[in-house]
Amino acid sequence: MNRFVGTWALTRLALRRDRILLPVWILVFPLFTVSSASATLALYPDEASRVEAASAINNLPVGVALYGRIWDPTSLGALSLLKLAAMGGVMIGILAIMLVTRHARSEEEKGRTELIGASVVGSWAGLTAAMIVTTVALVAIGVLSALGLTAAGLPAGGSWAFGLAWTTTGLAFAAVSAVANQVTVSARAANALAMIVLAITYLLRAIGDVSGDATAPGLLSWLSPIGWGQQVRPYAGDRFAVLLLPLGFTAAGLVAAFALQSRRDIGAGLLPDRSGRAAASPRLSSPLALAWRLQYPMLLGWLIAYAILSAIVGSIVNDLSGMLDTDQAKQMITALGGTEVLMDAFVSMEFSILAFVTAAYGIVAARRLATEEADGHVEPLLATAVSRTRFLMSHLSVALVGTTLLALTQGTAFALASAAQSGSGDRIASTIGASVAYLPAIWLMTGVVILLFGYVPRLTFVAWILLVGFLLVAELGALLSWPGWLVDTSPFAQISKLPGATLDLTPLIVLLAMAIALIAIGAARFRRRDLATP
Amino acid sequence: MDDAISLSGIVKTFGSTRALDGLDLTVRTGEVHGFLGPNGAGKTTTLRCLLGLFHIDSGTATVLGLDPWRDAVALHRRLAYVPGDVSLWPNLTGGEVIDLLGRLRGGLDPIRRADLIDKFELDPTKKTRTYSKGNRQKVALIAALSSNVELLLLDEPTAGLDPLMESMFRGLILDWRGEGRSVLLSSHILSEAEALSDRLSIIRAGRVVETGTLDQMRLLRRTSVTAHVRRSPEVISGLAGVHDLVVDGGLVTCNVDAEALDPLLLALTAAGIVSLVTQPPSLEQLFLQHYGQPPP
Repeated sequence: MNRFVGTWALTRLALRRDRILLPVWILVFPLFTVSSASATLALYPDEASRVEAASAINNLPVGVALYGRIWDPTSLGALSLLKLAAMGGVMIGILAIMLVTRHARSEEEKGRTELIGASVVGSWAGLTAAMIVTTVALVAIGVLSALGLTAAGLPAGGSWAFGLAWTTTGLAFAAVSAVANQVTVSARAANALAMIVLAITYLLRAIGDVSGDATAPGLLSWLSPIGWGQQVRPYAGDRFAVLLLPLGFTAAGLVAAFALQSRRDIGAGLLPDRSGRAAASPRLSSPLALAWRLQYPMLLGWLIAYAILSAIVGSIVNDLSGMLDTDQAKQMITALGGTEVLMDAFVSMEFSILAFVTAAYGIVAARRLATEEADGHVEPLLATAVSRTRFLMSHLSVALVGTTLLALTQGTAFALASAAQSGSGDRIASTIGASVAYLPAIWLMTGVVILLFGYVPRLTFVAWILLVGFLLVAELGALLSWPGWLVDTSPFAQISKLPGATLDLTPLIVLLAMAIALIAIGAARFRRRDLATP
Repeated sequence: MDDAISLSGIVKTFGSTRALDGLDLTVRTGEVHGFLGPNGAGKTTTLRCLLGLFHIDSGTATVLGLDPWRDAVALHRRLAYVPGDVSLWPNLTGGEVIDLLGRLRGGLDPIRRADLIDKFELDPTKKTRTYSKGNRQKVALIAALSSNVELLLLDEPTAGLDPLMESMFRGLILDWRGEGRSVLLSSHILSEAEALSDRLSIIRAGRVVETGTLDQMRLLRRTSVTAHVRRSPEVISGLAGVHDLVVDGGLVTCNVDAEALDPLLLALTAAGIVSLVTQPPSLEQLFLQHYGQPPP
């Protein structure tokens, strides 16, 4: 048991480091869940309206692929928590992955583990402490969500099934992250590897759910921790026994992670560091080239994910018209302006959500300025003949060009897949246009990062808080009938709902001007401030 | 010829801390200038001001005839800097970092680069993530020394090097100066500064408290004397300029000011000298006198 010596001390250290971040996450999940659930409760007062809504969703392959199936059409809970069961499972997974890496590999990479390892601390203590902290957070999120949903008026059994499904799904991804932390040598690579596993399991679940029928999903859903969470079927059977699957998976993953940990040296990974070039390629001769060199693997991953996701959604969007086959529905669609309108609404909804994801990429890419500075990489760079503006432009250009490529990829893959399915290329240009129209709002978020970087580089994370705020406003504002001015504070709300709506250029120009202004102010301030040194 | 570096009355504050408090420093063209001080005295802050990474609150700074803040880019083409704590991009190889830093400075000499990699025994194909502190320092040193620049700024450059590498490094610095270029070498390793420097400045709490050649400082300072004598030398204790005197039977030890050396030796001769050892004070003793404590 000597390998666990010091676990408690490290756990307390980790809790102390995350004393603000952790409570925020633990509260955000249940609050979001309860507010979104209680908002939907009022929408479906009787069973008939619930069955109608549930069967509409179940008959829509796009919806089933994205969110999963509603296993009991009469259940209010299953209907109102459909989106959160799937998307929430992903968010929980991401949280678990990042928490484990933050306290295990990240500490090791920065050399702090070495400092601690030389004192009376066992070799397994670091990973154990990371798992304890993550488990505490996941259990708290699960229990608070269950209590909150019960208090909101949903059945207690289903609420506990829902909360525990979240906790165990998170634990499964914490175990994935624990293994990824052993395999790779950098925190960035460990996170990327675990996120790829997460994306694959989501895809497995999507295919499995679509290929299954009304009583059971396809086999592939049973290979995915996100699928397990949904197969607990909260409010639609409450199958608590299914929770054993993620728990068993977690146990197996942890055994593997600890076994790997004892077979490797501190700082090393299982995948050995390959040797590289003895001399730099002739292209690596500017800060811009360096920024691209540091950032292209991540951008490439995002572009591939965007292409695949958009192509999948684009290829099934044409099913929309076939789905609503009743006479009543046909009349309704005709009254609304035909299937074109329905498709337009779907595309604009899809793109308005993805715009937030693209903006998130822009924030990550631009924040590299601040992380490079905090890591001490900027000092040797600025001691050469590199001006501050040139350095700032390097990572900024990755953010701006990267978000543009993502928006183009998303629109193009979606439009081409849809056109291939329908055999008509009429909608290609308008679909790409709808995707690109969000760029000014996306760049405004990049501008926020630059502004913060110029003034207080420590605080660039505030851009994340703003983005989450705008996302909440977009998702919940209408549902909870928040005042219009609050909804309008979001730059994303200013963009015309393309395709379908007419394009209003004014907000685009205003947002673009604001983005440029923020970047210019931030850059001017960066030229005048002291370099932050680690 | 102008001075390579000229700082006068530099003040730099961080919040309520006065990191540099009226600092004066002159490095002449073509000299190796040792910049000595304990941790936290302001050495690194001075270097960062010299590089325009920090904005000085008041005072004037001229480096190679340029203003380090306004003319940073033009200045940085003509100097090379090796930070004390070298932090590199973990997934680039050492060779890539050397080339990158050299190119951003305006190019490096490929023959010199190859020669230095050989001399420092660095494997340039390894990712910098796998390097020790010493190897990361070598990367920065090779990039700096294979650049064709007029001024080198080195911040505790040998802190991670083993003794063999350290002596090789000293040879390189002396070659470098032989070509008429200037070096500012910050250090708290006294033997290093002593062996390399033409002139020295000692910094304490953000001010330069002593500057000059080693000889000038020795003249100002004391000589330590250890003598065996036949008879007890009673007159010594009354002599002005004799410090830390211990008389133990026939063994006399003391530190003595330059002007008191002559009277002391006369007194010792009168007592009948059996053996006599005099030593210049080490820089450790200079630190002791300035800080009242041994160097860290």
